[in-house]
Parts: sequence; structure tokens; C-alpha cells
Amino acid sequence: MDTFLQQFINGLSLGAIYALIALGYTMVYGVLRLINFAHGDVYMLGAFAGYYLANSLNLDANPSVLGAVIVTIGAMAIAAAIGVVIERFAYRPVRHHSRLTSLITAIGVSLLLEYGGQVVFGATPRFFPQMISSQTYLLGGVQITNQSLMIIVVAVVMMFGLEFIVHRTKIGKAMRAVSFNLPVARLMGINTDFVIAFTFALGSALAAVAGVLVALSIPRIDPLMGLMTGLKAFVAAVLGGIGSIPGAMLGGMLIGLMETWISATAYSTYRDAMAFAVLILILLFRPAGILGTSVTEKV
Amino acid sequence: MKIRGLILGICALSVAVSTGCERRTAAPQSTTGEIVVGMYGSLTGDGASFGQSSVEGAQLAVEEINTAGGVLGGRKIRLLVEDDQSRPEEASSAVTKLITQDKVVAVLGEVASRRTLAAAPVAQKYQIPLITPASTNERVTQVGDYIFRVCFIDPFQGEVLAKFAYNDLKARKVAVLKDIQQDYSVGLTDSIQKTFTGLGGKVLDPVSYSSGDADFRAILTQVRAQKPDAIFVPGYYSEAAIIVRQARELGMTMPILGGDGWVGDALKNGREALKNTFISNHYSGENPDPLVQNFRKAYRAKFNRDPDSIAALGYDAAKVMGDSINRAGTTEGPKVRDAIASANVKGVTGQLRMDPSRNVVKPAVIEELQFVNGDVKYVYKTTINPN
Amino acid sequence: MSLGRKLAVIAVTVAGLLALNYVFEYGVGDFQINPYYARIINLIGINITLAVSLNLINGLTGQFSIGHAGFMAVGGYTATYLTVYHGRQIAALAGSTPTDPLGGSLVMVPSLLAGAAAAALAGLLVGIPSLRLKGDYLAIVTLGFSEIIRVIILNIPAVGGATGFTDAIPITNFFWIFSMAILTIVITRNIALSTFGRALFAIRSDEIAAEAMGINTTSNKVMAFVISASLAGVAGGLSGQLFANPLNPQNLNFVKSIEVIVMIVLGGIGSITGAVLGATILTILPEALRTFDQQFPGLRMVIYALLLILLMIFRPQGLLGRREFTWSWLRPSKRRPVLG
Repeated sequence: MDTFLQQFINGLSLGAIYALIALGYTMVYGVLRLINFAHGDVYMLGAFAGYYLANSLNLDANPSVLGAVIVTIGAMAIAAAIGVVIERFAYRPVRHHSRLTSLITAIGVSLLLEYGGQVVFGATPRFFPQMISSQTYLLGGVQITNQSLMIIVVAVVMMFGLEFIVHRTKIGKAMRAVSFNLPVARLMGINTDFVIAFTFALGSALAAVAGVLVALSIPRIDPLMGLMTGLKAFVAAVLGGIGSIPGAMLGGMLIGLMETWISATAYSTYRDAMAFAVLILILLFRPAGILGTSVTEKV
Repeated sequence: MKIRGLILGICALSVAVSTGCERRTAAPQSTTGEIVVGMYGSLTGDGASFGQSSVEGAQLAVEEINTAGGVLGGRKIRLLVEDDQSRPEEASSAVTKLITQDKVVAVLGEVASRRTLAAAPVAQKYQIPLITPASTNERVTQVGDYIFRVCFIDPFQGEVLAKFAYNDLKARKVAVLKDIQQDYSVGLTDSIQKTFTGLGGKVLDPVSYSSGDADFRAILTQVRAQKPDAIFVPGYYSEAAIIVRQARELGMTMPILGGDGWVGDALKNGREALKNTFISNHYSGENPDPLVQNFRKAYRAKFNRDPDSIAALGYDAAKVMGDSINRAGTTEGPKVRDAIASANVKGVTGQLRMDPSRNVVKPAVIEELQFVNGDVKYVYKTTINPN
Repeated sequence: MSLGRKLAVIAVTVAGLLALNYVFEYGVGDFQINPYYARIINLIGINITLAVSLNLINGLTGQFSIGHAGFMAVGGYTATYLTVYHGRQIAALAGSTPTDPLGGSLVMVPSLLAGAAAAALAGLLVGIPSLRLKGDYLAIVTLGFSEIIRVIILNIPAVGGATGFTDAIPITNFFWIFSMAILTIVITRNIALSTFGRALFAIRSDEIAAEAMGINTTSNKVMAFVISASLAGVAGGLSGQLFANPLNPQNLNFVKSIEVIVMIVLGGIGSITGAVLGATILTILPEALRTFDQQFPGLRMVIYALLLILLMIFRPQGLLGRREFTWSWLRPSKRRPVLG
């Protein structure tokens, strides 16, 4: 039972990371019908931004919660800016082209960030300074670190925050309108370019939060870290229902739990493959995802 | 029309084939001027940090050889380095180019066995001697008699670790976490299993992870439930550091052991969790021998960081190559090959003497790791000699 | 063309290739091809097969598959497995061994057939469920599939696992590579000019309209997928059995699939000549840029990525768009035929 609970907590904390990244995927897809392949790499850049910030604040020597918050906010801002720049210069020019073209562009951006990251940061993995001293709590046979707890709590808080923005603010309403029907939204007077840029910024900021949180508990960062994690987060978004924010959270948690569960069996090496197997199954039997809505295509 | 298209295609091919033609009878190698030695390694891609280390070590060695007067009566060595992007097929292309286009007299490289295994047949085919600094898979030197190595092989390293755990740490039931993506890790796991079981101990079913993974709590929790006396993590430093940390966070205090793959800057990540961990290594930086200490000083001066064992091996490989060219008295492949086979050089990583299988026979050290002043300290524990 | 003429053409082609192969392997008089160039030429041939076969799906049918490396892996490993574990028996039927040219060629045929069959089966397995899905999703599913294949192969020690299939016997040579490349081009071109091809173009233009016109889109798409996959499998079998070129699951991954996509995108999605051109350019370019690489390590891949992005923004149709090379280009006429 101990082990089961421990694995459950492990799964939740892993799932929270996927959820945060999945939120970004789902929002961009909802608004632009584009799979932003580069999103996983924005997560990586968020982690690196946090790394440089934390080092300049010298947090390794004096860990503090305030420092951690500053670093997170800083990373969020930088990632948001990067997201907006990518959208403006790589995606907007191809928006009116075919979906294939946009997809290939997204792949190109992803590769650019990864290999560019290798050139700029060097291929050697860096270690994130410890921003908050690690503590482990023992609750009924289960070891949980304060970092794992923080990851789960922050992810949930972010989700509520996002729901608030999307459903209770004007910009959120604009986002929903654009995702419903872009040309009509523009006709209604919504500045669609701004809304799209805002969506990217928001999604990228969330990915940066994920990057910093991950770096807290697993301090190794390298330019290629976003690839696999990003893909799995995308699967999570599809699982939960692409375009649905609670869906992304749910999908993330589920993928995290499933991955942990598989790791606990003898087939642990198939862990990565499992995420894709789940994807294929979902697309076969319920393409809209768990919480998604089926869209019938009108001819 | 299709026929014309085909004829055009064949013509294009013929043109392509003939542009690459060159005279078969090779010009005799010059006997003056610089000597070009090729080196292939991963300067980019996921093998980049090891690749860079090995190249830096070799460059330092070549520099020292040239400053000391070069080889074969004053001829300087030029190290021509090609990147293989961490890909085996690129490794083959790089070595093919080095040998057939740049006409190098010898080749150094690579670190990862799977890339050496891809490229070694090329060197063997053209009878150019190749020394790998750090490929530990047994099969590498089995490719042919022109392939040598200056590091120990996986079976030996596995033996060393298993014996240490059994005899010194008194472990009787152990778990192994292997990196399924790295042939180094898989090979080392096999040999650890074999030796430990042979000694009478019990090895639990190995649990696998992939390079690049960052969360090991799930598999560690499973291992924890089986209560092993010690855990082997024969993988690379990035994952090792995190595994050690997460294991300690899960309350697992038993000794954790690793191989030479643990040696890397990012091992620091392990922080205080590194207490009670041990590794087998090619050499100990603490070795007071002036040869080792001078090497460390020179490396730090040139590259601004401490050398890791891969750099030390790159250095040794280049030194052996230089020494062998000198003793051969010529740059001809077969003669240099014979000289390497009879080499007996004191290297930074030990006395380098080739056995009949073209592997070096040298001891391994076991080091205990500590986290002191924000950095990893490798404390020498014991030496295990090959029997 | 009458049957007699067709056979004559095939015979001449084969003879031509055999002659070139001889020159390739053994040289003429005092001249021999530089092994480095030889290797590049061989790699070009393999990449041509990969690019043209991918073009069948992405170009002619307008679907988006980014799992081509997976089919290459399935076919390659199956073909190599057959040669390594059964090659000696097969070659012995002719009283020869796999390392001997005659024995090698004898083994190559069943080896490539096995590879093609295995890859075709894989194409069927992937195609049937996922070709009901639309563009983006198909892309991800094919990506996922190739990842699953990769992970499975990593876990099979009999084919080398993470070390790669280094036991492979090098029976690939110039003749096989280019005969398969020519075969792929011929197959694709014949498809493009057939009724099946018309159906594929219809699907590419507007899938719903095609369905409304009575074309069974799913079965046509699956068919194209299977053919494309089996040719990729052949390329894999050739690649893995080339001298000093063992198959390795690390490198039959997403990045490899993307490289093939860049080839056809550069040449022009939908153009066979474009695919050949793209494959040639992108095989030679990295080798030609080696000196650049030495001065600026890592920049090469960055340039690749930039190239992809800029192409998409400024010239998404690539170099040739959908046009093919025809003899009318050499005549000063204005009509340029297009394949569909």
C-alpha cells in the first residue's frame, strides 16, 4: 500500500508538469488549430532563463522563497516574450498557407530552438541552483518532498488562474471567440492578431513555470530536454480534449499516473512508447478526447 | 519518354561516378613535413560533452608532443578533428573522409562504443591504426587487428564493481538500474550481473530507464520495495546525479555504485545525496604522481576546467599514438600498428600495455564520492588489479 | 510500349548499372573512385529512395506522415536479420557465401523482399486506423508509431539493441542501391499517371469532394501508405547492409524522419524530380559544409532549421513546386506539363 501511495504521489507530481505544458498546447491549438511543436522547447528556454536568473541572484548560496518567486516571474516574462516573437515571425506569415506548411514551420522552429540552444548554451547539461532548500516529509509511509508538493499546488493554482482569465475577463472572451471562428471574430472588431499573441504569451509563460518547477526537483537542464516532455504533454492535451483547459489538466495527470504505473512494471523501458500508444488508442476511439467536444465538419 | 529519362539518369550517374575517380596507385607518403592524425568525435548532439572532453585531452597531448620536438626527427603532428554529430553513420563518413581524402596516418576516437563499432571497419579495411580512448564494449577490438583501446573493457569494469560490492560492502542482494539507450550501460549491467551472481550474490531483475529521463521516482519506489543491500547505476552522470538524489529523497540510504560514466561535471547535482556512493574509475585525480598532477595543471590552464577521465583517456590515446609512430620509425600503417601492439607507455590513466586482444591491461580504482564545498570530491578507496 | 520493348529497356538499364557497379567497385585501369565520394554517392541513392517513397504519401496524396524512419527501421532490421541469421544458408544454395559478390546478390533479393514485406505490414497496421484521422493528428500518430518501433528495437538484444546492428553483413552495393532507387522512381511515376494516381490527387485536392465523387478515400490512402512504407523498408535494408553503416535505433528517430521531409519540401512536395533533387542536395550539403562545421560547430543543424522555416515562409512550394523535369524544358516552348 505504501508503494502504491508513493507511486500515486510520484505520478501526480509528474503529471502536474505535463499538465502545465499541455495547457499551452491546448490554448494555441484552440485558437489557431496549430500544433505548436516548439512549445516543448519554450519550456526548455523557460528553464534556462530561470537558470541564468537564479545564478545572477546567487541563489545557490542563499536559497530563499522570495528569490524563487522572482526567478519564476522573470522566466515567465522571458518565455512569454519568446512565444510572442515566434508567433510573429514564424507562424503569422504562414497562417494563410495550408496546415501542412504551418506544421512544418512549427517543426522548423522547434529544431531551431533545440540546436540553437546547443550552440548558445552548449550541449553539456547544466545544473540548476537550489532555490529552496529541499525537505522531505514522511506522511504515512510515503516520502514526499516539499518540491513535489509545490509542483502540484502551483499547477492547480495556475489552472484556476487560467480558467479565471478565459472565462471571466474580456481578453478571455476574445480568446474564446477567436477559437470559435477567427474571421468572424475579426469582423466583430476583435484585434485577432493581439489575441493570438496574447494566447502564445500566456501558454509560454505557463511552460516556463513548468520549466522552473521541474528544475527545482530535477535540477538537470539541457537544450534537448523539451523534446520528449513536450511530445508527451501534447499527448496529454489530446487525451484530455484538445481545446479544453480542464481537459489539459486531466490529461496531464492521467499521463503522469500512467507513466508512473508503467515504470513500476517490468515494461518500464516502454514508458515513452506508452504515451504514444495511448495517443493512438484515444484517436481511434474517442478523437475528441475525454473532455473535448466532437466537432462535425460542415461541407 | 521513359527511355530517354533512364538514359539521362544513367549518364548522370556515370558523371557522378567519374568525378570521384582518382589514381589507384597511391602517391608514396611524404617523409618530411607535418604528420596528420585524424580524430573523430561527437562535438554536437547528445554525446557532445564526452566528445569534447576526449578531443581536448588529445589536443593537449599533441601540443605537448610538438613542443617537445615532435616525432620522427622533428616532424610535428597535426590533429585533424571531425564531428560525427553523435551519429554512427556520420562516424563512418567522417573516418572514411579522414582516411581516404585527408590521408591521415592514424585515427583516434570515439567514446561511445556504438559509434566506434560503426567506424572501426573502415580503419581496418584501409589498414590505418585506430585507437579508441574510451569505448568499453568488448566487441570493438574484435573488429580487427588495427583497432586498439586504452581503456578497460566492460567485463572488467563490471567485475571490479561487483567484487567491491560483494567483498567490501558485504552486499548480498543488489538492484541494477540500466540505461537502455546506451550500449555502455547495457554491457556493464550484463557483466555486473554475471560476476555478482558468480560470487554467490543475488541480482534482482534489472530495471531500465532512458538517457534524458529526469524522473526516476517510479522505478526507484519499486526497487525500494524489494529492499536491496546496494544499488548499481552503471549509466552516465546526468541521470546518475538525479537518481542518487531521488533515491535519497525516497529514504533509500543503501550504497549506490556506478562506473566511469559517472564522471562528469553535472554529477554535482547529486549534492549531499552523493554520500555513500562509489564508482570505478580509470584514474584518480588524487593520484600524487607528478605525471597526473602536471596533466591536470596543464589541462586546467588550457581549457579552464578540470579534466574528467574521458579527457585523460583522450590524452593517453594521443600519447600512445605519438610514441608508437616514433618507435615505428615511419608513418606506414602496418608498422605503426605493430608499434602500438608493443607499446608500453606510462599514461595518466595507468601503465598502458596492450594485451593480445589489443586492450590495455591496467587496474581500475574504486573511489568514494563526497560532496564538499559545492563540488564532488573523489576520494580514493582501493585499486583492483586485473587477474 | 510493347512487352518486348519494355524488357529491352530493363535489360539495358540493368546492364548499365552493372557496368557502373563494376567501375565503382573495381575501378578502370589505374583509376578508382575515392571511397569517400563512393560513400556519398551510395548515401544519395538511399536517400533518393527514401525521399521519393515519402513523396508518395506527403506529396501525391497530401497526407502528413512524419514516421518514415519507423518504416525504414522495420524494413531495415527485418532485411538485415534475415541476412545475418539465414544468409549463409541462402548463399550456400548457389555454393557461395554472403561475402562473395554472387552470394551477396543472391541473399540481397530475399533480404529486401522480407524488408519490404515487413514494412508493408507495418504500413498497413499504422495506416488502417489512422488514415481516418485528419492532417495534424495523422502526423502525430505516425510520429508516435515510429517512436514505439524505436523503443521496441532498443529492447531486442538479438538485433543489437542500443549498440546497433553491427553484425550486419555488408552486401549492399552501388547496383542494388541505384536499381532500387530507379525502381522507386518508376513505381511512383507509374502510379502518378494511373487511375490510382488520379484518385490520390483528388484526395489531395479535397478529400470530402473526392469521397462524394465515390472514391474510397480510406482504402486509397492505405494503399499509398503501404507502398510508401515498403519502399522505405527497402531503403532501410540497403542502408543497414552498407559497409560501416549499421542500423541504430537512436538514429532512426524523429530527426531522421524530419530530414527526409526537408528533402521533399526543398525539392517541392508533389514533384518526383524535386524529391530526387532535394535528396541529392541535402546529402551532399552536410559533407560539403564540413570545414564550415569545424569553425562553427553545431551551426549546421541550426542552418537546416532556419532553411526549413524560411522555405515555408517564402517559398513553400520548394524548388520545383509540383513540376517535373520533362524534355520540354530543353525546348523553347511555353507549355510545361504538370503531373496532376
